[in-house]
Amino acid sequence: MLIIKDLAANAGDRVILRGITLTVRPGEVHAIMGPNGSGKSTLAQVLAGHPAYTVTAGSITYDGKDLLAMAPEERAQAGLFLAFQYPVEIPGVTNAYFLRAALNELRKARGQAELDPMEFLDLMERKLPMLDMDPAMMQRSVNAGFSGGEKKRNEILQMAVLEPRLAILDETDSGLDIDALRVVAQGVNALRRPDNATIVVTHYQRLLNYIVPDFVHVLSNGRIVKSGGKELALELEAKGYDWLEAPATGAAAGARA
Amino acid sequence: MSTQVAAYRTQYDAFAANGGGAAPAWLRDVRRGAIARFEQLGFPTPKNEDWHFTNAAPIAEQAFRPLYGATAGAVTADQLAPYRFAESWPTVVFVNGRYRADLSTLVGSGGVRVLDLARAWREMPALLETHLTRIAPYDAQAFTALNTAFAQEGAAVVFAMDHSAEQPVHLLFVSDDGAADGVAHVRNLIVAERGASGSVVESYVGLGSARHLTNAVTELSVGDGATLRHVKVQRENARAFHVHTVQAVQGRDSHFQSFSFASGAALSRTNIATLLGGAGGGATLNGLYMVDGEQHVDHQTRIEHLAPNCFSREVYKGILAGASHGVFNGKVYVHHEAQKTDGKQTNANLLLSERARVDTKPQLEIFADDVKCTHGATVGRLDEMALFYLRTRGIAGALAQRLLTHAFAADVLDTIEVAEVRDGLEALSRARFAGG
Repeated sequence: MLIIKDLAANAGDRVILRGITLTVRPGEVHAIMGPNGSGKSTLAQVLAGHPAYTVTAGSITYDGKDLLAMAPEERAQAGLFLAFQYPVEIPGVTNAYFLRAALNELRKARGQAELDPMEFLDLMERKLPMLDMDPAMMQRSVNAGFSGGEKKRNEILQMAVLEPRLAILDETDSGLDIDALRVVAQGVNALRRPDNATIVVTHYQRLLNYIVPDFVHVLSNGRIVKSGGKELALELEAKGYDWLEAPATGAAAGARA
Repeated sequence: MSTQVAAYRTQYDAFAANGGGAAPAWLRDVRRGAIARFEQLGFPTPKNEDWHFTNAAPIAEQAFRPLYGATAGAVTADQLAPYRFAESWPTVVFVNGRYRADLSTLVGSGGVRVLDLARAWREMPALLETHLTRIAPYDAQAFTALNTAFAQEGAAVVFAMDHSAEQPVHLLFVSDDGAADGVAHVRNLIVAERGASGSVVESYVGLGSARHLTNAVTELSVGDGATLRHVKVQRENARAFHVHTVQAVQGRDSHFQSFSFASGAALSRTNIATLLGGAGGGATLNGLYMVDGEQHVDHQTRIEHLAPNCFSREVYKGILAGASHGVFNGKVYVHHEAQKTDGKQTNANLLLSERARVDTKPQLEIFADDVKCTHGATVGRLDEMALFYLRTRGIAGALAQRLLTHAFAADVLDTIEVAEVRDGLEALSRARFAGG
């Protein structure tokens, strides 16, 4: 479903990714772990098509297509979803209006009929309880004035409504207390299907107690320095990242995720 | 004197010779003084500080024919329906500058009186003599002087003492191609007596595409303890010229809430000013302008704090696409007597194209020593982070722009207390810029 080959990327002049190779198949959950500055959030952003990053080498193939040739909205329409580490606030646009617009854009791209406000309301009544969210949240501006936990729930709610084939969760656990973490993880798990896949980007092993990965990859200085099964996450929890650090090369010291 | 200024003198002489409508003697004297002042002033040029960013030459170059003697246009009730906001409101309709009784719903007695000026002169002459032409000065304002010289058509609205009006009043000025090359010198008077409360919506709507000039003046008196809400909606046709001065005077503990919405006209200039003349009063001046193409939209506001313990709040937002040009100049004067003034003023602009531009100049002049005043202005583009976020959710291009543009406008539109107008303008703002 997703084949990343020798991917290198810069932010401006700064080299951040130095050759990532990773294959994700339908039904799999991959965890990308690593210390701050290892490039794991950059990888997530590059997959979503963030214009601040330039891919300098390598390729990404998604469902047989060249992902890097697709605009961010085309990636979304093709079923790729990024749950942001820092969800963007959009004052003046209600959550309901935003999410219905997003869903309808995806439905249009797939040749499906758009949902009218009543049909959308019905859908939300089914989805909101999954994330233990108050329906009143739908009438608030997108993420504006939301607590950290509310923002993360809102990301997973969007995921639940948009039903992506490939979901990338970028540090969705950061800033969540244990109850919120459990709710968010349950939401993600409920969306798992044999034909979709999830990439969980995280600094800590904690989230992986709830979203159990099939594979764990450790990123350091823009490279995958170790891959393994879910037990690798526990090992990292016990030993930290120091024993795996790859030396920085070129002018990349100080790169941040 | 330019040939155009001379042409208006000739028009005036003909107007005066015809008796100038049913005007009383005092008004005819005022008009005579006003045309003389207009001849002295001439049209403003860019040398005039208040006209630095707006070139009045396109208006000054043409002697627009008078519409006061013309027959009212053939606009029908069906054509007006989309612009009414609510069918039940007392409404005074003018087509091409002429009052249209058949389309209007006046109120002749009770807590709210809503009349056209011709009838108001008969039914409340003393009230008109007290206020009309007395509130908006024309000494330094050429367009107001010209308007005053021809003051005849317009509306008078009175909210009686201690009366809270349930329904807004709508003054609806419509132009179609019958107004081609003509000028309407609209003159309105709105009085909220002591302790009264009411709302007036003043709409300028273009149904045609011919070039014409609206030169309007609205005078408002907000009595002690009164609350007056005034919403101006300017959606003239894309070739029209529009100049409008809204001048208020306020008593003790009064509140004047003004909103100016502007999306129409080739060139529009709206002056909104209030004098906070009694202690404890407040003025809220908000507005939204959204233009594209070659449109030019100018707002000049002036809040004069003359008395202590008053507040003023001002939020103007602008959305500029294409090669449009926005101008905002907000002046807040805090006079020596106006201690404990609390003033806040902001102007935020969103530029949707490289060719759009805005000149913004918030100004504070403070002569009292115990005041709290802030002001600020911003000019920006659509937020890149928000655009990317939308794109990752499949929302791109014109839809993303429309969503963020509407979001930018939403909070200031939300301050309009007349729900029908707020909802109507929200729908307008959502539909605008649909094509990017």
